[in-house]
Parts: sequence; structure tokens; C-alpha cells
Amino acid sequence: MVISFQDWNLLGDRTWAGWKNYEKLWNNPVFWQVFRNTFVYLILGTPISLVISFFIAYHLDKTRFMHGFIRMLYFLPFMTSAVAMAWVWRWFYQPVPIGLFNNALAQFGIPQIEFLRSTTNALPAILAPAVWAGLGFQIIIFMAGIRAIPQSYYEAARIDGVSKTATLFEITLPLLKPTIVFLVVFSSIGFLRIFDQVFNMTSGDPGGPLNSTKPLVLQIYQSAFTDFDMGYAAAQTVVLFLILLCVSLFQLYLLRDR
Amino acid sequence: MKFTKMKALVFATATSTTALFSTAAHAVEIEYWQYFFGARVTAMEQLIENFEAVNPDITVTMTHFPYADYRTKVAAAIPAGEGPDVVQLFYGWLNDYKAASLIQPLPADSFDADTIDAEFFPMVSAMREGENYWALPTAVRSLALFYNTRLFDDAGIDGPPETLDEMLEIGAQLTKRDGAGNITQAGLTMGMTAQDHHWFREGLVRQFGGEPYLNDYTTVNYNTPEGVSAMEFYVGLGEENGIGAVGFMDEPQAAFKAGRAGMHIDGSFRIGSLNKTRGLKWAVTELPATGEGMRSNYSSYWVNAITTKAEDEKYDAAVKFMQYVTSDEAMQIWLDVVGELPAKPSVGLTEANSNDATYGPFIRGLAYANTTKFVNESAQRKVLIDAVERVKLQGMSVADSLAIAAAAEQELLDAFYTSK
Amino acid sequence: MVAADENQAPPNKRFSNRVAKRRVSMGQYIRWSVLFLGGILMVMPIIYMLSTSLKWPHEIYDVSLIPKEPHLENYVYVLEDGRFYGWFTNSLIIALITTLSNVLFDSLVGYTLCKFRFPGRYIVFIAILSTLMIPTEMLVIPWYLMSQSFGWLDTHWGIMFPGLMTAFGTFLMKQFFETVPDDFIEAARIDGLNELQIWWTVAMPLVKPALAALAIFVFLGNWTAFIWPLIVTNSWDMYTLPVGLSTFADEADVAWELVMTGAAISTIPTLVVFLIFQRFIIRGVVMAGLKG
Repeated sequence: MVISFQDWNLLGDRTWAGWKNYEKLWNNPVFWQVFRNTFVYLILGTPISLVISFFIAYHLDKTRFMHGFIRMLYFLPFMTSAVAMAWVWRWFYQPVPIGLFNNALAQFGIPQIEFLRSTTNALPAILAPAVWAGLGFQIIIFMAGIRAIPQSYYEAARIDGVSKTATLFEITLPLLKPTIVFLVVFSSIGFLRIFDQVFNMTSGDPGGPLNSTKPLVLQIYQSAFTDFDMGYAAAQTVVLFLILLCVSLFQLYLLRDR
Repeated sequence: MKFTKMKALVFATATSTTALFSTAAHAVEIEYWQYFFGARVTAMEQLIENFEAVNPDITVTMTHFPYADYRTKVAAAIPAGEGPDVVQLFYGWLNDYKAASLIQPLPADSFDADTIDAEFFPMVSAMREGENYWALPTAVRSLALFYNTRLFDDAGIDGPPETLDEMLEIGAQLTKRDGAGNITQAGLTMGMTAQDHHWFREGLVRQFGGEPYLNDYTTVNYNTPEGVSAMEFYVGLGEENGIGAVGFMDEPQAAFKAGRAGMHIDGSFRIGSLNKTRGLKWAVTELPATGEGMRSNYSSYWVNAITTKAEDEKYDAAVKFMQYVTSDEAMQIWLDVVGELPAKPSVGLTEANSNDATYGPFIRGLAYANTTKFVNESAQRKVLIDAVERVKLQGMSVADSLAIAAAAEQELLDAFYTSK
Repeated sequence: MVAADENQAPPNKRFSNRVAKRRVSMGQYIRWSVLFLGGILMVMPIIYMLSTSLKWPHEIYDVSLIPKEPHLENYVYVLEDGRFYGWFTNSLIIALITTLSNVLFDSLVGYTLCKFRFPGRYIVFIAILSTLMIPTEMLVIPWYLMSQSFGWLDTHWGIMFPGLMTAFGTFLMKQFFETVPDDFIEAARIDGLNELQIWWTVAMPLVKPALAALAIFVFLGNWTAFIWPLIVTNSWDMYTLPVGLSTFADEADVAWELVMTGAAISTIPTLVVFLIFQRFIIRGVVMAGLKG
């Protein structure tokens, strides 16, 4: 943290820079762009992935036939090398003739869509594989949570003749609260720290066209290892840290035991 | 594997010397780092072997790392006092490393700056500062135009383009589109992310009558009518009636390797990878000239430098090693094993080399090549990538976009040169 | 198909009643189909990875899912490369040790944070959580300096020390211990068990699903870790699998067919671990059900 107030280029003398690094940050339009991107990843990513994964976990829990196999299908993306997968998705998004999605569109005579080379589509296009890769993780946690709910509660509900929907909202969701808290906080941290997908899917021009997909962590990485500006990188880390801390505390506060 | 053996050997030598309190043979171990590339590693092993034969009191340990993460690795290790005594870096990173005090200048008594100026290709002088050189290459690279001979034959084209106009003409013949107007085969690959930003800076801007930088690369000068026409030419290549498209098949070299592009501008380091591509028939020619026959090229190189970690006897050993890897003998080995062009005209510009079908166009290109003095290569590349994207994605005019780019790049240059 | 399965289910497995009515409704059928189709969609990119690993280099950019001339040369090449086994072993050692250590320590700390009221508990929790908030990329330099001063550079220990205990696991375990009813613990205390015994014999079995999940995630995280192993290792012999596999890409060329082959091979151990531990997720429920 001290480094953020210094002017340190790794080996050279560390000189005291005071608030200079923070000033530079404040005045840098790219930083604000990056700041916004980071929040877009968070605000879109966390709810979308949690809703989808709860939906799947809830229904998967009630499915017996080939249960293990289907669960494995959902979990596989999480187990596969993020780098390799980022590239496969990257290929899917390419224009014709090599992009799977655009080739499919062309089949139906629909004009092709620029996914990654676009200032508006690129961020959602990168968010999709990030959500995709994390789903398996969230589903498993949800399922473990659902199964940790003592059976007796459901027995009692059934005896009382409570409807399915009511059971979901009166028993399952409230008892899942610790699981939900964990997933909300953890996936928020995950989306705020998104890096692998962005870095690999935009490796030619890291951060996408005109920085439209660049998250804070990538910006930090570039400051530290491409520009060797450790002081500036540290200042950004402090900002990221504060954001994460505030967001997590806020979420824990909202979801606290009442 | 080889590396471990070497390390074991070093270890054995080190322990035995301490055990004997030997006074005579005092073995110095220095460490050398480069990125991993099969042929470069083999060549360096050979050089180390030769060097150790002549200098039995010095042991060189080579370590290599994946290319993509080489910089990260170096940046983490050197501040901790770990890492190499002699390190290989891209010349464009030199200023970064210098600014970060990761490397130290070569001693003027062993590396006389004027002698080097006289003996090496002129672009190497980008490594000079005052009376000192900071680093020296073993080999150099330049750009040339690769073309797919099978596609040329199919389209009934006799030979490669000599001028930019011919390139447009041939490119148009080779470009294929589907019903919706999407390119399915490109005449020329495009991408500022690859080598095109070099082609623009040192090639096109000069060919359109401009001068990309002034005052020894401290002032950006492509925001001129000449620069704008050069950028208009480049952007025009990817217009609706153009001969290519930015982002076609993701990466330019991928399009060329897949046989989906007729022409491709790239560096000599791509030769090996193209040779390995099954079913691809290609040849290479010099970068196209203007109508008046004016050519301009960009040259780059990887240099070896002594890090700030090397002190005392290690420093002396590192200097000796540096002298050897920049010798004529080393350059010849490098050309034979890696296929990269020697950094001295006396070794490189032999009759046989400049008439070589593959290396010839690159070597001839060296004669009219310039080397940009980057202060931060990736940031400066990003400036030109953005310049093109603003035109393509946001519909900005070329002149406006180039003006923003020039201002942004000037800011980078100023930040670097004033902080010194 | 669903009907057949339901009929096969042994009647004594009462817990299955929870999810299945005796008759198979239309809803069940739709639910199954949607989940199955979704699952297939989920693995499409992975199937594409496998397909690429069977292709020749010049076909990589071909969109077709089925290679024109499928072959196993890429697998032969990767496996014949003698260094592969070393990388594989390194990764395995590191992933196994860190998994074991995390399961033990994270649950101990998580349990303490959850079930003991002591002053500053919340602060400790936030402090642990906050370590999750600094990107690994910024931690590597302090870690590097640390492992250098302890002489851990280029050793297994150096690769694994930052991952021996994780904030992630502590948080996960704390959250799951919340679901263990305090009555159980009180009851055990009355029975005269000491705190450590309660943790091990009462609480731990109740959170088995979470432990299994934790094991899977820690194993996976260490198995795929890239940047830190890259920084801390110097010799090819000490590389982990992801670092080793990254040498298939060089300046001029990325051998995608080999990268995809390597990725496919390296998924196998994680799959095995998943298959082993996912049983515990289910078994954990059975036990909890019996005791409850």
C-alpha cells in the first residue's frame, strides 16, 4: 500500500510521490472507462450467473435420471483450462468464414455481427464465457447447500400441505441464505477481478477495441508488467481493494441475519 | 534437460572449488535468460559451449521461459536480485528496462561506440546513448511481403507486386466475398496488432513523403498531410471495396497460414512457422515500392544486455560473454541455426545471402530500413490500433483520429523523456 | 426413460421420495429435457476443444466440428515429450497437498469463526476476506521476495506455499458451518466432548458436501494456476502442467492443436477428482438425513 504513494519502477530508487499516482489516475479518462467496465462486469455478471445457476441447481436436484452425468456436463466448463476455452470462444465469435456464430447467422441470411471487434458487443461477448465457466461452480455450491437443508423440514411442509412454490420461498431460499451470501460475495469478487477471459480473448489488443472491455485487473497488470510503473499499479490496486471491500461489506450488510 | 545437467555441473564445480580453497581456477557462474524458441535455444547452447571452451573459468547457465510471459518473469525476478546477468530483450523494450534500471550500459572500453556504429547496421544505433551502447543484437530482422503462390497461380497472376498500386490491383483479384459481402478470402491481411503498425510508421508514412518522427524520435510527426494520406491508404485497404479487412480470421498470420489470404506483411521470424505449415505454398518479396520506386522498411532486433544484477567478477564475465555473442562467429552460427539475419553488414550482406530466395528480400530490405526508437512499444502500438478502430468502429475521420493518436503518442514520449 | 429409472430406484432409499413423486409427470419430462439440452450446450466449447485436438494444424480454423482426417498424432506428440510426465507429477503433488491442507485448515478456521463468539471475530473475518481482494498479479512480487529470502525459489514448496490456506475456503466453510444447528453442538458439549472433538466428529460430517466441494475447487485452482508457478520456477523440471503447456506457443506460432490436446489431457485428473468427490456430496446428504 505504501508503494502507491511512491514512484517506483521496480529496481530504481523509490521516490516519494505523494498523491501523484492518485492524481494521475483521477485525471486519466482510460481509468474511468476501466472503472465503468469493471462495474458492468459485476452488475451484469453476478445476478445473471446466480439466477441461472440456482435455476439449474434447483431443478437438477429434483432430477434422478442420469443425474450424475448431467451434473458433470454443467461442471465440465469449470474444470477445463480457462486459456484454451477463452480461445475456443474467441474463435466462435469471429466473422465468417471461421466464426461459428456468424457462419450460423449467414446460413439464415442474417448479416453478421461483430462480437469482439465492437465497442458495444465486446464486453457482453467476453462476459458470456466468464459466466459460462463459473456456472458449474455455483451450481455445485447451490446443490450442496440445498442438500444440507435437513430433510425433516420438507417432511413437515409436505404433511402441512404447503405448495411447491411456497416451499421454495418459505423453506429452501431462507435456509439457503448462508450459501447465497457466500455465492453473492464470492462471485462479485470474481467478476470484479475478471482477467483470464479478457486477457486471452483480446490478446492482440489487450482490453479490446478502444479499451471497451478492459477491467481494472488487466489495467493493473499492464501498469506493473508492461509499463513497469509499480507505484501506479499499486495505486490502482488500492482502489480495486477499496471497491471490493465496500462491495463485499455492503452485500454482507444487506444479507445479514435479521 | 540439458539445462539441469549444466546446473549439476556448475554445482559440482562450485563445491569442489570451495572444498579445495583453490586459488588458481576461480569459476564464475553467470546466468543467461532468453525466451523459449526451439532454434534460438539450440543456437545459444552452441554459443555457450564454444564460449566456455575458450573461457574455462566462466560457466554460463541458460534459462528460457515461455515467450508470452517473458517480460513478466524478468520484471519479477530482477528487483529481487535473482535472475540473469545477461538478458535478451526486444530492442523496443530497452527504454522500459533502462527506465526501470533493470540493465546497465556496456563498458565503453570493450564496446567502443564509434567502432560499433561503423561495423553494425545503422539501425543498431538506437541502442546508443552518448558514448555508451546499452545493448547489442546478434541478429536483426526486417519486414517483407509473403505471398501465397498457389492462390497467385489459380488467379493467373505472374508474380508478386513491385509497387503499392500493383499490390492493390493483385489484391483486388484475390479478394473473394460471399453473397452478403463478407470477405471469405483476403487479398492482403490487415492488423495493426501484428506488424502493420511498423509498416505504417516506417514504411507507408515515409513512402507518402512524410517523416514519422523528428528530433531523434522524440517528436511525433505523422500528423501531417502526408501521414494522413498514408493512414487513408491503409484504412482504405479494409474499406468495402478494399482488399482485406481488419480482424479477418482473427489474426493476420492465421489467415495467411490457412491459405485464406493472398498477401501478408510480416517479419523474418515467421519463416520457420510458415515452413511447418502443411499444404501452404508461399514465397516472399520485398515490401512494395511507390510509383517512383521508393522503398522503406522497418527493422527490429532482439538485443542482449547486461543486467544491474551483474557485479564485480560476474560483470567482467558478462562483458566477455557479450563480446562473444556479438562476434562475427556467433552471428554466422545464429544465421545457420536460427535463420536470422546477421547484425553486421560484413557478415550479412554477402552475395549468397542477399540473393537467397527466402532471406534475400529481408536482407535487401535492411539497406533501406529504419528502426523506431520506442519508449514503450506496446503502448505506442496501442495508439495506432486505436487510431484505426476510431475510424472503423466510430466513424471518425482519418485526420481527426490520427491527430488524437499523435497527441497520445507524444504524451508517452514526453512522459518518458522528461522523467529522465 | 425417466419412468424406467424411477422404477429401478430401490424402495428403501427413502430420500429419493423428496424429489420424485411416484408417477412421472409431463413436467418431469420437460425438466429433464431442458436440463439435458442445456448441459449439451454447456459442453459445446469443450467438444470443440477435443475436435481441435484431433485436427492437423492446417485445419484448425475450419469451423466443422468433425475433423476431416481425425488422428491422434497430437496426443502422441504431447505424451512422448518426456517432460510432460514431470510437469504432470509436479502439478499433481502440488494440487494434492494444497487440497489436503485446505480441507483441514480452512474448515478449522471457518468453524472457529462461525461457532465461537469472541471479540473482533468480525474483523478477523473481514481481514481474511480482504486477502481475496488483491489480485494475484500484484501479490507475485511480494511472494517472490518472500520465497527468495526463505530459499524456496524453484521448489515445490515455493509453488504451493501461497495456496496452503485460502480465504476462499475459510469463507466457504464458515458459511456452511452456519447451517449446522447450534443444538447439535450444545448436545455434544453436554455429552462431554471437547471442542476439537466436536469439530471433528459432529460438525465435520455434517458439512461433508461442502468439504467435497472445497476439495474439488482447491484441487482445480492449484491444478490450473499459472502466473505464480511461472514466476517462482526457473527450471523446466519444476514447471507445472499449465506453465509447461504454455511452451507450445512461441513468438511466431501457437500450435493450437497441441494447446488443445494439452488442455484435454490436463482435464482428466480434475475430472477424476470431481467424480470421486461428487459422491461425497450425495453421501453427505444421506448421513445428514439419517442423523437428522
